[in-house]
Amino acid sequence: MPFRMFDGNGAAVEAIRMARPGVIAAYPITPQSSIAEKLSDCVANGQIDAEYIRVESEHSAMSVCVGACLTGVRVATATSSVGLALMHEVCGVTSGCRLPVVMPVVNRSLVAPWSLWCDHQDTMAERDTGWLQFYCGTVQEVLDLTLCAYRISEHQDVLTPSMVCLDGFFLSHSMQKVSAPTDEEAWDFVGPYVRRNMYIDPTDVMFVNDLCPTSEYTEMRYQQKVGFERAADVAREVFDEYGRRFGRRPCTVEKYLLDDADIALVTMGSMSGTAKFAVNELRRQGVKAGLLRICMFRPFPAGEIREALKNVPVVGVVDRSAGLGAAQPPAATEVSAALRGAGCRVFSFVGGLAGRDISDGAFKGLYSELLDVFEGQAQSVNTWFDLKGDPMALREVDIIC
Amino acid sequence: MLEIRFHGRGGQGTVNAAQLLAKAVVAAGGYAQFIPAFGVERKGSPVFGYFRMDSGTIWPKTQVYEPDGVVILDDSLIRAVPVFEGLREGGFVVLNTALDVRELALPPQAGVCTLLDATDIARELIGAEIPNTVMLGALARTMPGVDADILAGLIRGKYGEKNERAFRAGFGSAQVLRLKEG
Repeated sequence: MPFRMFDGNGAAVEAIRMARPGVIAAYPITPQSSIAEKLSDCVANGQIDAEYIRVESEHSAMSVCVGACLTGVRVATATSSVGLALMHEVCGVTSGCRLPVVMPVVNRSLVAPWSLWCDHQDTMAERDTGWLQFYCGTVQEVLDLTLCAYRISEHQDVLTPSMVCLDGFFLSHSMQKVSAPTDEEAWDFVGPYVRRNMYIDPTDVMFVNDLCPTSEYTEMRYQQKVGFERAADVAREVFDEYGRRFGRRPCTVEKYLLDDADIALVTMGSMSGTAKFAVNELRRQGVKAGLLRICMFRPFPAGEIREALKNVPVVGVVDRSAGLGAAQPPAATEVSAALRGAGCRVFSFVGGLAGRDISDGAFKGLYSELLDVFEGQAQSVNTWFDLKGDPMALREVDIIC
Repeated sequence: MLEIRFHGRGGQGTVNAAQLLAKAVVAAGGYAQFIPAFGVERKGSPVFGYFRMDSGTIWPKTQVYEPDGVVILDDSLIRAVPVFEGLREGGFVVLNTALDVRELALPPQAGVCTLLDATDIARELIGAEIPNTVMLGALARTMPGVDADILAGLIRGKYGEKNERAFRAGFGSAQVLRLKEG
């Protein structure tokens, strides 16, 4: 398979183009903008045979996608940050109507303070909206997971939309070497869209998203729960097939040097490559460090995570979210629940907010804190890492950007 | 692994230049990665770029803190941004400037310095003060492991023949100064 060069947004557009959507509605927002622009280019120059509907907001973009998808076409959109927050209401409509929309989300911080840069607070705020969530580690995975997401979401037992999450700038604007299938190979894998469950058809009229009585709502939600349960198996089947066809098998979780590990970190997204680099250096120094990357966050692969980490004495979970007011931030909460009773000590780390770089040095610091706990020199860790100066002294923005 | 940090200003083509460099490395069979950092997409704002190349998979996806070289597309940035921060011992500096090396406060660890007035060359050959392709020429002359002909072809494909000439002029006219023995 020949190598091509894409940034993360380019890889997302390439996968969407290969899946041949019939309707596109996207509203530009940094750092997603080049997805909206390139999709528009593709429609204008005939690379995608779709209607591009211009909208005034993300709320409208998803509303158009819902309506169009109900008529029986594959749809495309993408968003980020406050755009996703504005879309929130309609995201629930999409999942509740069991419409298998696949949406790249370029991860960016939420306001306030205003920010343009990467963290996971936007998609974590949507984690219970009834969408599958995949977090990409590389630009290659943006292409692979987007193509797989169509198959998983549209599977007749799943019928649940997907967010394919890619870190703003670290992936969206990072030019990397990517291996891509041909258009024919990709189409043979994804296949045409088939409408199921709810649809708009004048010859077969049905109610869509009308008022549901209390006596039926719980059952409708239960159907979604069953869809999520099937999604976990379907994802593995689709990843296996993708691996057989294209030589790269996407994963639900990625295990790295965990078998004999004394200490391990759990990461998500682009930070994971840097963490792996830090693990390699620590291993050279004789420290038994390991890494678990969560790629599929919804459905949460609790069983696999427990199996992978149950013999690691000290585990740290890195959240790129503040998790304000929670017992632990989102990823740490779920990993702790997965490991309940396993005997591991689980700690939470919070950092990398609003694009603050998580350097290999920062990772070595986190592993060092876990090692202190493992060796009995500390009882706990400092959850918020890389805090600068006196954080309580800041009030208004001091550095103009 | 070779790491380079790019410093430019919005509108100078910094991001496009580094992306072309990454493409050239990959086209020659290597591995490359580029991560830009900018905020508001505004002309004149400082732009940062972090470039890595290697013979195998590149794991880190972070900023570059200890570059083997820095490329500076606008010499006014020297006073505005810590452009030389973390430069490795013996590292290279490629700088767009009309100044002489004696007028510049280069960091003590710099081993190689390439100077040229890329803006002037761009104005003459392209008719616009966009120095990115000229600077790529100077960089290709300075750094190891880049096939100048592959890069020239990519520049021609993206920007046309004037920019290819600008690239070759940058390559040809850059003064590569060895600041240290060996």
